Amino acid sequence: MSIAEALRMAIQEEMRRDERVFCLGEDIDIEGGFGGAFTVTLGLSKEFGHERILDTPISEIMIAGAAVGAAMTGMIPIADVQYGDFLFCMMDQLADNAAKMTYMSGGTVKVPMVMRAPVGATNRGAQHAQSLEGYFTHIPGLKIICPSTAYDAKGLLKTAIRDQNPVIVFEHKLLYGSKGNRAEKSALSPVGEVPEEEYLIPFGQGVIRREGTDITIVATLLMVYKSMEAASILEKEGISVEVIDPRTLVPFDYDMVIASLKKTSRLMIVEEDTKRNGWGAEVAAQIAEDALYYLDAPIKRVASYDVPMPFAPIMENFVVPSVDRIVDEVRKLIKTEK
Amino acid sequence: MKIDKARVLKIYEQLFLLRSYEEKIYFLFLEGVMPGTIHQSQGQEASAVGMLFDLRKEDYITSTHRPAGHCLAKGVSLESMMCEMFAKANGCCKGKGGAMHTGDISVGALPAIAITAGGMPVAVGVGLSCKMRKTDNVVVCFFGDGASNEGAFHESMNAAAIWNLPIIFACENNLYGASTHINMVTKIKDLAERGAAYGIPSEIVDGNDVFAVNEAATRAIERARKGLGPTFLELKTYRRCGHSRNDSCGYRDKTEEKEWYDKDPVKRCKTFIIENGLGTVEDIVEIEKKVTQAIENAVAFAKSSPDPKPEDALENLYF
Repeated sequence: MSIAEALRMAIQEEMRRDERVFCLGEDIDIEGGFGGAFTVTLGLSKEFGHERILDTPISEIMIAGAAVGAAMTGMIPIADVQYGDFLFCMMDQLADNAAKMTYMSGGTVKVPMVMRAPVGATNRGAQHAQSLEGYFTHIPGLKIICPSTAYDAKGLLKTAIRDQNPVIVFEHKLLYGSKGNRAEKSALSPVGEVPEEEYLIPFGQGVIRREGTDITIVATLLMVYKSMEAASILEKEGISVEVIDPRTLVPFDYDMVIASLKKTSRLMIVEEDTKRNGWGAEVAAQIAEDALYYLDAPIKRVASYDVPMPFAPIMENFVVPSVDRIVDEVRKLIKTEK
Repeated sequence: MKIDKARVLKIYEQLFLLRSYEEKIYFLFLEGVMPGTIHQSQGQEASAVGMLFDLRKEDYITSTHRPAGHCLAKGVSLESMMCEMFAKANGCCKGKGGAMHTGDISVGALPAIAITAGGMPVAVGVGLSCKMRKTDNVVVCFFGDGASNEGAFHESMNAAAIWNLPIIFACENNLYGASTHINMVTKIKDLAERGAAYGIPSEIVDGNDVFAVNEAATRAIERARKGLGPTFLELKTYRRCGHSRNDSCGYRDKTEEKEWYDKDPVKRCKTFIIENGLGTVEDIVEIEKKVTQAIENAVAFAKSSPDPKPEDALENLYF
């Protein structure tokens, strides 16, 4: 099952289970349309009708605000934005209302809403390319999740829908699946087993994608796959890489990372977002505060360079961390220390 | 409108409560015993009371940085409002909200949203929720003339119109966005035109006449309850106070001020009652005494209420 299918199944199951759950967004299930920019909500209106699969005007402020208002008064909205970049249009509603209502009301109001946003560079230039996770991890009151496999996508989205708080789901455009007419040219196909029976994945529990002993790489979304590929290459050189996918950035599974560092003593963070003040910087700082003495080498961040995303594929490939760059940086880190 | 004596006196009591509450807050603020800042609503009481007098507890309001009148008229308790102003642990937001975020969801008053027009998209969601849950509850969405130049205003009005949501857009046009006169920032004379532009039935209302506001509200609420969609009411009004603390309104024309002060909504209601024999001077005095006492009691209660613990700041981040 692809990630797009897994997300759709999570929505479907939760909408069947709880009539308060509904979806809203632009082009999410117009007859003859795409079912959201990346097909996640395709066909759901057949079962649930257009009242619960609500196509909206192109009004991002309204979409986010309406999700907040509906969530505060007894509904569970799943809002959809076509490209993560459009979250900036709705920033006030997410940062000032969704994130703060529970707190400002002294805990008397809840905002159980989900905001889904596709991220990642895909040859679309600077305004349909950003990885925005870092911005949102900075805002107290939000939860941030980044599923990178079909299994996680379903289990984490179901948990998000049942959470009593606003959750932002960052989905990677190149991971939805490589089939269908909306698939991206260079998409990976992270097709995975998704069990029939119901399961939920709790937030704040990372997963070790590959065990290793020489260095720990922490990566999310597409960078998990690039790090895994880098790890295979490095293995042939006798470098054993452990790859941790934290799966959720807020809350973050520091315990898993620290446990891994006790074994590897080296930390690399690979993120697709631009480097300066990204979530990787926060992880590096937190590890420096809490686990510095387990480290035998400087913490290394591999991230996109601090420029807007260029269009030319040749430049985009240069800006975004590549497998080669990860391999190279690991080699350097290990060599420096030796 | 049916003129029933008890009802009219109750309306006056509400107006007087809102006015006296704000006057008391102003006094306490000047005294320096109250932290924070204030955005007051003296002069705009008819809008809050007229709009909300006939709402049910299950109906909702969204409010603004100037929320006191709306909250009190919706039924947020005087004590919990006063405690919040004094930053006490038993305030309506446990001291975490403050003057610009008062509210109480249990009586349908969402915590006020202090970003201009920021509550309007939220009202759309509340309206959607009322409709999707198949209730006949309605939402009164308050905002000022300043909000009408925000993108959120336009996105919200459009969505409410296409989805036929049970929302009453209550635009309190008090002529000023902080110190900027509406003529400097808006080409049209009547903001009701903007409601009409989205296909929403829109009315211009004398916002300083509580009965006129109440009649317009009654029509709008009925439409909303019947599922006939939103209404836009432009309530022409004026604030008697500055935009916020320490604002002596140097930007306002004194003739304009005088003209509006003469149309004071509290005084007008009182005159109406006495001239039409709906109540005596004694009735009025009794109401005023009762309200004044209630406010004094609330102040005493708030002053003697416990402060939050500093580390309470770390609670309530998540529900």
